[in-house]
Amino acid sequence: MEDLSPFPPGDYDVVVVGSGPGGLQTSQALARWGIRHAVISKDDAPGGMFRRFPIYERLISWTKPDAPVERGTREYEWYDHNSLLGDGEAAALVPEFMDRSYDVPSRPEMEAALVAFAERAGVRVRYRCEWTGTRRAGDGFVLETSDGEFRCRFAVFAIGVTERWVPPTIPGAELAKHYVDTRPAGAYQGKRVVIIGKRNSGFEIANALLPWAQELVIVSPRPVKIDVLPQSPLRLRYLQPYEEYVRGGAGNYVVDGAIAAIERSNGAVRVVADGTTWPGRLEFDADDVILATGFTAPLQDLRDVGVATTLNDRVPALSPHFESLSTPGIFFAGNISMGSKGPRKHGVAPNSTSVNGFRYNAQVLAGHIAERLGLERERPRLERDQLVPLLLHELSCAPEIWIQKNFLARVVTRSDDGLRDGGIVPLEHFLDAGGEDAVAATIEMDPHAVIYPAVYVRRGGRIEEHELPPHPVHAFGGAGYQRELDLRLKAFLRS
Amino acid sequence: MPERPDIVESLSRLALFADLSHAQIESIAHRFDEAVFAEGERVLRTGLSGGAMYVIIEGEAVVRIEGTERAWFGAGEFFGEIGVLLDELPNADVEAKTLLRCLEIPGAQVEPFLVEFPRIMFRMLQAEARRLRITTEWKT
Repeated sequence: MEDLSPFPPGDYDVVVVGSGPGGLQTSQALARWGIRHAVISKDDAPGGMFRRFPIYERLISWTKPDAPVERGTREYEWYDHNSLLGDGEAAALVPEFMDRSYDVPSRPEMEAALVAFAERAGVRVRYRCEWTGTRRAGDGFVLETSDGEFRCRFAVFAIGVTERWVPPTIPGAELAKHYVDTRPAGAYQGKRVVIIGKRNSGFEIANALLPWAQELVIVSPRPVKIDVLPQSPLRLRYLQPYEEYVRGGAGNYVVDGAIAAIERSNGAVRVVADGTTWPGRLEFDADDVILATGFTAPLQDLRDVGVATTLNDRVPALSPHFESLSTPGIFFAGNISMGSKGPRKHGVAPNSTSVNGFRYNAQVLAGHIAERLGLERERPRLERDQLVPLLLHELSCAPEIWIQKNFLARVVTRSDDGLRDGGIVPLEHFLDAGGEDAVAATIEMDPHAVIYPAVYVRRGGRIEEHELPPHPVHAFGGAGYQRELDLRLKAFLRS
Repeated sequence: MPERPDIVESLSRLALFADLSHAQIESIAHRFDEAVFAEGERVLRTGLSGGAMYVIIEGEAVVRIEGTERAWFGAGEFFGEIGVLLDELPNADVEAKTLLRCLEIPGAQVEPFLVEFPRIMFRMLQAEARRLRITTEWKT
């Protein structure tokens, strides 16, 4: 029978907090390294945020159940942006649960796949065990919990970015409801609704209320910019209200304004906005005002142990290996790993806010902790004539570098004993850490959102950047790319 | 650790944004990301493309050429603009000298940003003039 309360309080090498996709993936990855760790969660079942969100039940990232490559392979992960990474029966679980009524999974399907993952990957969790405090102890930490104290050398917080966040600059915010308190769409029948925020959560609500509300106003300081669509955090599938507005549809407005006040007015709530892309002030009377202003990580007392934050104090600032920049030993997984910015070439951010990206971050994190614990990474030897074919394969279809563009890279090192496969490495670490001669291959996106392959060569401590041309169907494995790589890696292979 | 001031408040304290309305500063804070760097972490890398312009909100940065420290920047100052404006690769590394907090304006967005906010462009020009004066004084 399954042990319902594994991991009693005590000493562990690593303690993982959280049982959402980030916590489950981290535990699976640590287990593959054979690292002794505990997983604790205040919830009573796996799933994390997917037990509740998105509110209107549809995800935004795709899974293609019938892809040209076999389910369960590494190459299939590129077609399936929602499954966690597992071996055997724990691999590629989301398509198993999709009824295909949409091209994306529903929230309950995603939750079911995560429950199945925990079971099939053998991820055990001490549920109903709430992390309540943190303190340093020796060269590690003590996590205080509702069940007692856990001592560990490294702590990994996969606690989501789930706490309501309202900018302090919105006066009268208490008259509005936060996104998490949004009611079923039908409850807004015939209402005038003002939604503050133009991120996905704001448009998700607006889209769901389209058939019900009498009037919808979406307002925030930042204009909707979808001219370079792949670099916009906004997903088209929620943008129906925006389309209706720009086509001149009545009763539906998308306004660029900073909120000057939210106040009571004749039994309604009035939202006052100062234009940011137009001069002047507008006032909207509403029956309901919804704050889709986003979330912050529930860091509890972590700032007190020195964890520095970023993105307006909403998430911890992280190293390329997802460790706090200011408090070594404290790591973060799941969507909090967005606090690791990467090289941000052309301002492009990694996909760390969603499962498709952070599942790989968790693997990188586990590998890094393993090294810190003295475990040796396998670095298979490569013959010289294997280098270019390996890089071409990676540039063609490696899911890690296609999803985490300009953030993760496939690395091959060269030293006296020849070439070695260094695996998947954070590109920022490769660029800045120095070390033996090496080459890193990744996929990038230019300011016009054109996707192209890039190779970085480190020789004598200096980095050379080689951007290769784009291709209309991204076929980066062909003879032309082989010639390019042969040419650009000639000096690296010769020296 | 005391609670950090909101980013809009932090930006409104900087000379570069002194002529802007609160709504305009809010729109800038919503449009561009904050980037935080650990002490010693590289912000710009010699010879690598795709850089940005950075406005320092908190902390210090150092310009390093061939390992030698050549210039320093503090809160309210900006860097990375030369490579972006001239479309050239950085000829130096810029590193965080302390924990460094910046507003990051990606290269391709610098021109539309400055055209949209000419008062920021004017303030930048003033700062560039001061830098040029120091360089000229040093040379004479």
